[in-house]
Amino acid sequence: MSRVSRFAARDPGPAARVSGFMAHLRDNGLRLGVAETELALEALCQIDASQPAQSRRALKAICTGCKEEAEQFDALFDSFWMDAGRVKQKIVQTPPSKGDDSVHSSRDAKGEDAGGSGSANAPDGGDGEAESDGEGRLIATEVRNLMRKDLRDLVRPEDIAEAEQVARRLGAALRDHRSRRRIAARKGDRLHFRKTIRASLATGGEPLRLVRKYRPDRPQKIVALCDVSGSMTVYAQVFLAFLAGLMRSDPTADAYLFHTRLVRITEALRDKDTMRAIGRMSLMADGFGGGSEIGPSIARFAKTYAKRFVDGRSVVLILSDGYDTAPPAVMDAALADLRKRGCKIIWLNPLKGWRDYAPVADGMAAALPHLDLFRAANTLADLAALDREVASL
Amino acid sequence: MTWTDLQTDLAADGYVASDDLTVALHLALTLERPLLLEGAAGVGKTQLAAGLAALRDTRLIRLQCYEGLDAAQAIYEWNYQRQLLTIRAAAEDGETGKSVEARIFSRDFLLERPLLAAITQDTPPVLLIDEIDRADEEFEAYLLEILSEFQITIPELGTVTATTTPIVILTSNGTRDLSDALRRRCLYAYVDYPDRATELAILNARCPGIEARLGAQIVGFVQKLREEELEKVPGIAETLDFAAALMGLGIADLTSDPAALQHTLSTLLKTQSDRAHITPEVAGRIAGRAA
Repeated sequence: MSRVSRFAARDPGPAARVSGFMAHLRDNGLRLGVAETELALEALCQIDASQPAQSRRALKAICTGCKEEAEQFDALFDSFWMDAGRVKQKIVQTPPSKGDDSVHSSRDAKGEDAGGSGSANAPDGGDGEAESDGEGRLIATEVRNLMRKDLRDLVRPEDIAEAEQVARRLGAALRDHRSRRRIAARKGDRLHFRKTIRASLATGGEPLRLVRKYRPDRPQKIVALCDVSGSMTVYAQVFLAFLAGLMRSDPTADAYLFHTRLVRITEALRDKDTMRAIGRMSLMADGFGGGSEIGPSIARFAKTYAKRFVDGRSVVLILSDGYDTAPPAVMDAALADLRKRGCKIIWLNPLKGWRDYAPVADGMAAALPHLDLFRAANTLADLAALDREVASL
Repeated sequence: MTWTDLQTDLAADGYVASDDLTVALHLALTLERPLLLEGAAGVGKTQLAAGLAALRDTRLIRLQCYEGLDAAQAIYEWNYQRQLLTIRAAAEDGETGKSVEARIFSRDFLLERPLLAAITQDTPPVLLIDEIDRADEEFEAYLLEILSEFQITIPELGTVTATTTPIVILTSNGTRDLSDALRRRCLYAYVDYPDRATELAILNARCPGIEARLGAQIVGFVQKLREEELEKVPGIAETLDFAAALMGLGIADLTSDPAALQHTLSTLLKTQSDRAHITPEVAGRIAGRAA
């Protein structure tokens, strides 16, 4: 397949194209600086840059930094260089200012751009929108899903600010578990007398090496799994705000969404701009409001992410109403599997706030024996009230 | 040297690298940048550093990271015992404090740990910083200076600047998210489980005597096994162990002796629940499909 993008003959040159590609990557959420553009150009000189496959590999090594980015990269590369997924876009000639060197810095590229009628080879404002002739911007996906819900419509910034408070309190309640025991540590606040004397034997009784000890924090990490299936849509506002608040207030927390798929949203939610974070999350939550496969989603979580991120010092928060389309045995096995990692499991069910609610749904009934805490949560106030109970876990 | 040459040379030394990985390694060598390798356990990340050191005929300096690893264990340490003995000896000879002090804080009394050793070699060594995700964040931050400047400051001696730039390879299993600062200083490659052809090539390179039919069966079996729901997915090292076990037992066909196959599975399955999951019937079925 050689559908290499055609650039107009008036196009200023390969360096500008590479910086355009970098802007394209930045638009799609990769965090790249000016140095990477320079490095990319250097790298392209080291290989046969006319071979798309080689260029792809070289740029991949430079522009990606984690597995998710590496997986995303091929589609992004294709959309820019291989004419796939391209929204119609023109490259307008920009006046060459200071020779080839100018394109090494995005600041210069921006400068060039300022007078022009919008070009795709350079990022413009700080918001990262690549301006073309108003015809849209490059997207990596091949088809835009019109059914996709923009979560920004659901969540208001005030909610997030409030949720942040709640999340901070909850996080503090979980985290402030202090131990009485002191353990040896290089940067401890007290001398570990016994070890120091013991070590001094090797140096003829002179305590040369001072061993220290400290009282360790026993932090608990929150891992939140939020159900965003159809039946949960009405509660999404509270829960999404809570997740956003949680991620902003607690740097160790981890968050996932599930409906029929499981998506890790931790990275997206850590974006400094809250509303942009929610926007990025809506892109990932493709399928929002669809069916719910709670058991399989938790099973997938237990088999994949949990191995890396969940241990005995984790508290897994599941935010769901428990209406599962999969057989209850799956849920049972999944939670048993998750529990084996030594974590605490808290289930927050919005329905439990209703009078006369009983967990009779098969999925919920199967889940109950595995839970450390099963509580209602309809509003942020409910979540805020949790901190005392959570502290005693 | 182009990247294809590099790939051929590595293969000649017994390391079969994918195209993606070779290009990343090639760039790391030519641009003198550290290379960060991520991927599941047992896909050959550490082995790449060993292979590269063998290829370049240079020293492999390995720093195994763990929780609580600190500068003294990774960079340098003063040889306290020797310093103490020298002070005692000097006191008996009636030497003055100043000259003793100058003597005991010299290079002779410095114990080089991996990072200092790596930047003071005459020929550029391969520095392997293994499982960086296990080290604390503070240590990771400390590493940033060394990785970008290749110099180490020792308060009593001054700054030691690298005589040669080591080839740095970092590996990570993804147990913790690494900082953006570290990722930005490195080139990146994600190492995945090899596809069937690559794994067969690795097997042939490592076990030259293996029969073609058995080799294909082994690789087919392990590839199918990776699709099962396992707690610990077998890596390449496990495949090689499996092959060695089968050859040691003189088995020439996986389907011929189910009991022997079940015994050799201990090289591939490393947890109790995985053993329970892959019953003789399941193993037989997978072997049948792989054959």
